[in-house]
Amino acid sequence: MAATVIHAYYNDDDVLMHAVKRIKEAKHHIEEVYCPFPVHGLDKAMGLAPTRIAITSFMYGVLGLVVSIVMMNYIMIQDWPMDIGGKPSFTYIENMPAFVPIMFEMTVFFAAHLMVITFYLRSKLWPFKEAENPDIRTTDDHFVMEIEVHDNEAELKELLLDTGAVELNIIKTSH
Amino acid sequence: MASHYEAPIRKPLVLGDKGYHDVSVDIAAPVEGRANRQWWIVFSIALAALLWGIGAIVYTISTGIGTWGLNKTVNWAWDITNFVWWVGIGHAGTLISAVLLLFRQKWRMAINRSAEAMTIFSVIQAGLFPIIHMGRPWLAYWVVPIPNQFGSLWVNFNSPLLWDVFAISTYLSVSLVFWWTGLLPDFGMIRDRAVKPFQKKIYSLVSFGWTGRAKDWQRFEEVSLVLAGLATPLVLSVHTIVSFDFATSVIPGWHTTIFPPYFVAGAIFSGFAMVQTLLLIMRKVCNLEAYITVQHIELMNIVIMITGSIVGCAYITELFIAWYSGVEYEQYAFLNRATGPYWWAYLLMMSCNVLSPQIMWFKKIRTSIMVSFVISIVVNVGMWFERFVIIVTSLHRDYLPSSWTMFSPTFVDIGIFIGTIGFFFVLFLLYARTFPVIAQAEVKSILKSSGERYKKLRAEGKPLYAVTKNGIIRETFIESEEEESATVGQPSPAFNLLDSIGKFDLESQKPDDLKKVKGIGPLMEKTLNKLGIFSFLQVSKMTQNEYNLLDSLTGAFPGRAQRDDWAGQARLFLNRDK
Repeated sequence: MAATVIHAYYNDDDVLMHAVKRIKEAKHHIEEVYCPFPVHGLDKAMGLAPTRIAITSFMYGVLGLVVSIVMMNYIMIQDWPMDIGGKPSFTYIENMPAFVPIMFEMTVFFAAHLMVITFYLRSKLWPFKEAENPDIRTTDDHFVMEIEVHDNEAELKELLLDTGAVELNIIKTSH
Repeated sequence: MASHYEAPIRKPLVLGDKGYHDVSVDIAAPVEGRANRQWWIVFSIALAALLWGIGAIVYTISTGIGTWGLNKTVNWAWDITNFVWWVGIGHAGTLISAVLLLFRQKWRMAINRSAEAMTIFSVIQAGLFPIIHMGRPWLAYWVVPIPNQFGSLWVNFNSPLLWDVFAISTYLSVSLVFWWTGLLPDFGMIRDRAVKPFQKKIYSLVSFGWTGRAKDWQRFEEVSLVLAGLATPLVLSVHTIVSFDFATSVIPGWHTTIFPPYFVAGAIFSGFAMVQTLLLIMRKVCNLEAYITVQHIELMNIVIMITGSIVGCAYITELFIAWYSGVEYEQYAFLNRATGPYWWAYLLMMSCNVLSPQIMWFKKIRTSIMVSFVISIVVNVGMWFERFVIIVTSLHRDYLPSSWTMFSPTFVDIGIFIGTIGFFFVLFLLYARTFPVIAQAEVKSILKSSGERYKKLRAEGKPLYAVTKNGIIRETFIESEEEESATVGQPSPAFNLLDSIGKFDLESQKPDDLKKVKGIGPLMEKTLNKLGIFSFLQVSKMTQNEYNLLDSLTGAFPGRAQRDDWAGQARLFLNRDK
């Protein structure tokens, strides 16, 4: 059995968007779209689930806040309370105003870095990672839509050409 | 599409008849081309300044901070002035990329990359000063709250100097990550354009294998937005905390509640001035006039004018509050600033920061490139003197008139300052040659709404795109590895075929390009190769029997070989080769 995928090349984001909508209407599954720049609304049109990365960022921020409070409570209140300028460290809450800057900075630090690390891992981005875009033009001015063929090659080809694909690459993998 | 609509009254942000590919070409050009002579000259000067700075730093560290012009009364001068100046410059980058992103200002896209680069490079310069001021920079890690061998000795979280450590390091690292994440798609573009293997390798490495899937872009945009949301309060907090270094002290002239907002406005002011200086040069040197347009320059000038006015307001408020407080020490500090022996520094600060940007009210002036350049430098000088005035004039006449003195910098003070300027420009010049200096992916995403080409098309009522119905079709065949290993093991009917037309030894013979035969495409060639047919000689020996056998083996295009007379064609090629 041969698995076949079609790579449909588009050279315009508007044409691509219309094509995506028509192909979804025709009930075909779009495996992937490779774009040189963000196309607004493409994720919705393709039926991608919304990303939850902002939620992770919020949770990381809460973690950072907790870490900063635990750290400063241990250092400044528990382990070595200091009496600075006649203002002794008795409880965390009394000294809290002086700790606000660090609490804020640690929250941002955790939220930003851990979110970006999550993004890099989820999108498989790290040094020495090989790029997987099917054609080098997809970082320049071409969009590539990947569709798997299930005994409907001719019909798909016709549909894709009709939506304004400038090039079709039919990739057959033999097993 | 409706989403590309922009009011016709808005000026185009990308000039000229530019499509998506043109953007790639223009932005990759400085990276792909060679450095010209001016670049080498400026780079050499910057490098010389850096080396001088390194010498001055080595002298400071090996001899001690006594090499600086500090004395018992003025015990903090150029080091902290330079620190605050550089940190302030470092504010524009994140402001442009974060705050303007939240406000959906499209014009930021041409300048955010360089502004962020400038931010990172200037925060590096700023960070140098506290570290060398420690005297023993190898103990710099003592500012980090780590368990140590001195018993329960911890850093003091009540100290604004420690807040600075956290604020600056968070700011530097978050800006770096923000910058780099935005760079990934653009590095990817350069990687895919690169011809030389070394370039390709480097840009593959730094692009982290950016692929540009729809999901990647969805996450990318969300990450950018959240980072902007985080960076906006962060950028405000950083200079607020820097101002706490002074505001939480009890020195007249420093102990001022207006400092946080006033410092932040001053930071944006000086940062924009530095962005203006750098971009005016860069648009010329890198031929980016179509992207960094007069419109961008004008908008930046407006920001400079507004923040300059805010700073002016703060100066006057400060004076008023000093008088209104009724505290004579406070009053004297400000009177001394304006009329004391440092009156010239105060006058310089007032005229450079408050008066000079006011000429931007005139459209002719704020759209003039030459005037913008001059004003941007004047503002940077003025902002350096602002910090000098705040720091030195508040210290040099303390509570004890017998210890009143003046400050004069030594060559080491000057050397370190010049050195950081050199270091900054070395980094920036290297950046300008190796990085995509404009966020091309983002520029492409606004091209249809704000590019001149598309604005014209829209004005003429023409469509922004055309649907072509005659796309070309290619076929590619990929053989998976498992298949190869499977055929090796079992005897195949192909042996029958090879018996009659002869075997081909891949070791000793060179395969022919069978695609030359009409009717044999890349697919058929692969199939033939798999069967063991590599040469014209083998094909020329094929007869009806072999054709039938071939058809039964491949199952593709029955009768094709007879019709095209592969054997006859192959014979022709054989004869031609001889």
